[in-house]
Amino acid sequence: MIDIGYDAAHLLGALVLMTSFALLYQRRLFSLLNVFTIQALALSGAAAWQAYAHDEPHLYITALLTLTLKAIAIPVALHRIIQRLHIERTVEPALGIGLTMVAGVSLVTLSILLVLPVTENATALTREDLALSLSVVLLGLLMMISRRNAVSQVVGFMSIENGLILAAVGVAGMPLVVEMSIAFSVMVAFIIFGIFLFQIRERFETLDVRKIESFRGESD
Amino acid sequence: MIAAVIHQVLHMALVLALAPLLTGWVRLVKSRLVGRRGASVLQPYRDLARLLRKEVVLADNASWLFRSVPYVMFTAIWLAAGLVPVFTTDLALAPTGDLIALIALLGTARFFLALAGMDTGTSFGGIGSSREMMIAALAEPAMLMVVFSVAVLVRTTSLAEIAVYMMGGTVGLRVSLALALIALVMVAIAENARIPIDNPATHLELTMVHEAMVLEYSGRHLALIEGAAMLKLLLYAAVIACVFAPWGMATPTQGSLWIGLLSFLAKLAAAGAALALFETSIAKMRVFRVGEFLGGALLLSLLGAIFLYVSRGV
Amino acid sequence: MTLLFVALLALFALAVVGVAARRSPWVGTAVYGGTATACGLIGLWAVGALVGRDGAVAAVLPIGVPWIGVHLRADGVSAFFLLVVALGGVTASLFGWGYERAHEQAADHSGVHSGGESGPVLPFFPLFLAGMSLVLLANDAFSFLVSWEFMSLTSWLLVLSTHRDPDTPDAARLYLMMAVLGTLCLLLAFGLLVGTGGDYRFDAIRQHPPEAGAAALVVLLMVLGAGSKAGLVPLHVWLPLAHPAAPSHVSALMSGVMTKVAVYALVRVLFDLLGEPVWWWGGALMAAGAVTAVMGVLYALMQDDVKRLLACSTIENIGVILIALGLALVFKASHTPVIAALALSAALLHVVNHSLFKSLLFFVAGAILTATGTRDLNRLGGLIHRMPTTAVLALIGAAAISALPPLNGFVGEWLLFQAILNAPALPEWSLKIGIAVVGAAVALAAALAAACFVRLYGIAFLGRPRSAEAGRAGEVGRAMLAGMAIPAALCVALGVLPTFVIRLFEPAVRAMVQAGPFDDRSYQPWIWLAPTSAIGNSYNGLILLGMIAALSVALVLAIHRWASDRVRRSIAWGCGHDGDDPAALSQYSASSFAQPIRRAFGGTVFNARDRVEMPEPGDTRPARLTVCWTDPAWAFLFTPVRRAVNWLADHADALQFLTIRSYLTLMFAALVVVLTLVAVVRS
Repeated sequence: MIDIGYDAAHLLGALVLMTSFALLYQRRLFSLLNVFTIQALALSGAAAWQAYAHDEPHLYITALLTLTLKAIAIPVALHRIIQRLHIERTVEPALGIGLTMVAGVSLVTLSILLVLPVTENATALTREDLALSLSVVLLGLLMMISRRNAVSQVVGFMSIENGLILAAVGVAGMPLVVEMSIAFSVMVAFIIFGIFLFQIRERFETLDVRKIESFRGESD
Repeated sequence: MIAAVIHQVLHMALVLALAPLLTGWVRLVKSRLVGRRGASVLQPYRDLARLLRKEVVLADNASWLFRSVPYVMFTAIWLAAGLVPVFTTDLALAPTGDLIALIALLGTARFFLALAGMDTGTSFGGIGSSREMMIAALAEPAMLMVVFSVAVLVRTTSLAEIAVYMMGGTVGLRVSLALALIALVMVAIAENARIPIDNPATHLELTMVHEAMVLEYSGRHLALIEGAAMLKLLLYAAVIACVFAPWGMATPTQGSLWIGLLSFLAKLAAAGAALALFETSIAKMRVFRVGEFLGGALLLSLLGAIFLYVSRGV
Repeated sequence: MTLLFVALLALFALAVVGVAARRSPWVGTAVYGGTATACGLIGLWAVGALVGRDGAVAAVLPIGVPWIGVHLRADGVSAFFLLVVALGGVTASLFGWGYERAHEQAADHSGVHSGGESGPVLPFFPLFLAGMSLVLLANDAFSFLVSWEFMSLTSWLLVLSTHRDPDTPDAARLYLMMAVLGTLCLLLAFGLLVGTGGDYRFDAIRQHPPEAGAAALVVLLMVLGAGSKAGLVPLHVWLPLAHPAAPSHVSALMSGVMTKVAVYALVRVLFDLLGEPVWWWGGALMAAGAVTAVMGVLYALMQDDVKRLLACSTIENIGVILIALGLALVFKASHTPVIAALALSAALLHVVNHSLFKSLLFFVAGAILTATGTRDLNRLGGLIHRMPTTAVLALIGAAAISALPPLNGFVGEWLLFQAILNAPALPEWSLKIGIAVVGAAVALAAALAAACFVRLYGIAFLGRPRSAEAGRAGEVGRAMLAGMAIPAALCVALGVLPTFVIRLFEPAVRAMVQAGPFDDRSYQPWIWLAPTSAIGNSYNGLILLGMIAALSVALVLAIHRWASDRVRRSIAWGCGHDGDDPAALSQYSASSFAQPIRRAFGGTVFNARDRVEMPEPGDTRPARLTVCWTDPAWAFLFTPVRRAVNWLADHADALQFLTIRSYLTLMFAALVVVLTLVAVVRS
């Protein structure tokens, strides 16, 4: 009855989702980054385990990419950005933490309800991974809309991408090219975000998106 | 049947005897972790004995309710602890109440203690009672959702049956169980007034909850309340052990009582050490973040229940 | 059935006595005594019908509309609900007799009416009970609706009996409007049920249940119609105003019993008349119930008025009952009748339980009102010293409604959870997951209810008196105490021996879902509550109660014998306040007790805000805490609706001043529209 291959994948996938919730729960930027690092670690663990269990060596590359980029490079870079820019280190939620969490659970329920009926024939792992990754994507989006600080919006964006990779890992047969291109586009996006953060900061002396909104071209 | 009754009596005596030891153990480990020598593990026994011998000082307007609550509360928690199998699942009282009844018994104890907190009409008692009920309002549903996750997997809410099924090892690693475990630990921390929810060592702070509620108690009444708190800590450790790590426990058909007993002691020691480690590594949170913490526990347990259907089986 | 008719006729006769002999001094005794006797007879008959299990009895009375007559029928369900009405009637009569006498005496002493009775209660009290009984007995749509309306009107008149109270007229007006709305929904629902056949008898409807579309509409209309009477959120707005406005024993009947008649209407139509259910009916009912349960208890936590708090808690309990009914429907639809029976048993058990402890608590509120003249929690306190017996009975009620073992509230909740745990047996994914969420809502509501009743009991009975009236209060009379003691004793009895009552109403369950809750157990241990399929789940309140009592006594004896039994009395430390009265003011108040919960839930749900007015240092004025909150039902539903109606009325006004040609145009347009509709529908 016990299928350790399945169980481990199952737990790692759930860990990714849990860290998504933990991201929503955090109030401090540094702990936000730490949680994000954990999420990346769990994701790379999931990819590596999948590579080992199903003997798909190209997933090792995914795991390695996730590990170096997401778990090391990006958090370190964001840490430095925060320190360089002297950003206020608390996250300002636009929506109360409690409400965000309730919304998060509803989103997870929604994605489970969406995925379950259409994947009756798929293997347990596939449908679970799909449900999990859809949830992670939705939670990332929720994070982007419910937080005011630009850095946490960047983290939200990254976690959306983590959700996509989780889907790619779980569904057998996703070609490596797709993952490479996702990783690459994220890298580019991250660089652009980074430049933007610096620029915004220089101009407006804040990263609070609320305060920047009034500077939109169309309004006065 | 007779064996079950004997086990039950032994079990009730055992939990009563071990409860102060667990508290003493947690205190000792905590002291060592912060670099103090700490008191002996037997200190709680001495404290209780001293309190029992002292006279009771009652507020002049304390009613009969105030005087009877310590007894009712202590027996309710003791009885609840008597429902949780620790060294054998063969207990005479096991069919009297399941996990839901156990939670509700703890609720009874809490209900009366909260009333006692309001009896003397001082503001500290009110603070404690109102906060305790708020904490319970979130912790109790979280715990019931944990029960839901476990019960849907195991098809029963009887603790003895759950332990037997979990020992069978057919469940495997499950996200739902992991989430349920986390939620249950969070609830246990809150219900036992531990850091980061409440500080068991505090005595006059505006952030305290449990201590504020029992501020007016003294002498034998206080001894009973402290004893009940110790029993409750042991009870939660036993519930977690019984549901998530029942290995070593004897059943009516197999297993030895001695192994069950030793494994229970080992589990208690591990749980106590883990609690001490956790408490020394974290800061107390503001009272008004408790809602978020426990709301998180409730949502985690709900998520666990929802995830039951994603995994295989069920 | 003769016994039943005699009792019902007696109730009508008592109303006449109440009018005719209203000046005589013995009329109260006669009417309340007679009502209690008549209700006792109804109760006896119901128990006999349930125990005898002799199926349904029917009768046709040649009164009412020609050719239709009045069809009456009593099956298990009717008998069960009749028993609930009878129990409520007996205790309310007993309590009401003492209550009115106490208020008359108070009025005689002071020469003024002290917030109690001022209008006629006596004639309408037996009529109200008769109306509720007739609803339960009706076997055709016509007499059902007439009795329903009769019940609504008599209860409305009873609410109006306190018309000198400044809040009553508004409450009564709102109640009347909601009652009319509810009856309108029921009227439409029965119209759809009867269909084009035109046969109003329930037997005929049962033979020809409506089509799927019509049935869905009937479900919706029934939930709105019966739900508005039962207090379904957001149609509950009248309930916390109207129930408390009536005299306390009538409040007890309205909250404890009349809401159950609404539940009966739901059971009768959804389980019986509509035939085979569809799964989403139950799903919708559960969703509505979950919202009602959680919102109801949150409302209750915000109230400072004892009776309003109790009325709001009724909303919560109705939510729980609706959840159980929804579960039963869902399981019935998925052809697992035993679990449906389990859920329905939970619902019916909660119906009895709630009628008992809610009557009890309203009586307690009445006793408090009699003794202190106030219902404001913030003016009470310390009553445990001055009303010792009431305090004990109130404690039983508070513990029972908080679902604490070994009392009856817990048994109902335990059964409900056992049914909820069977959710995986259902085929629909959304239901499986939805029931988990509903389970969380039930648990949340129960835990909040415990907080709510710790607040009620702790503020009213414990601590120090917060006003001079509370300090002077005395114990109420024997009749009132007896009225409270009966439901309190039953709360304990049902808690420790629930199997007897579940067995008692098994015929009702069997009639609705064609199975009993214990059907798949070959062996049923005597007093152990061990329902259905799930292995080894059992509960025994008697042993729990016995163990708690025995261990407590043993503990007391042992500690007093071997440790210490010395007691010294002293003044409690009042945080620097000296003397008695300032200490009373420094106590936690009802608002401050609810503050943590208000902070956790109220900000989101009620938009609740606390304003603290803190005087400058050196200023001796007390600090003031003001709590303001808005009711989402008013903010998002009723106020917009009222605005829309006003707008419509203003603009429709213009229609009064048209030319004849315009009127003709309007009529012509209407005719064309109707003809087009007919053409479209026909094609």
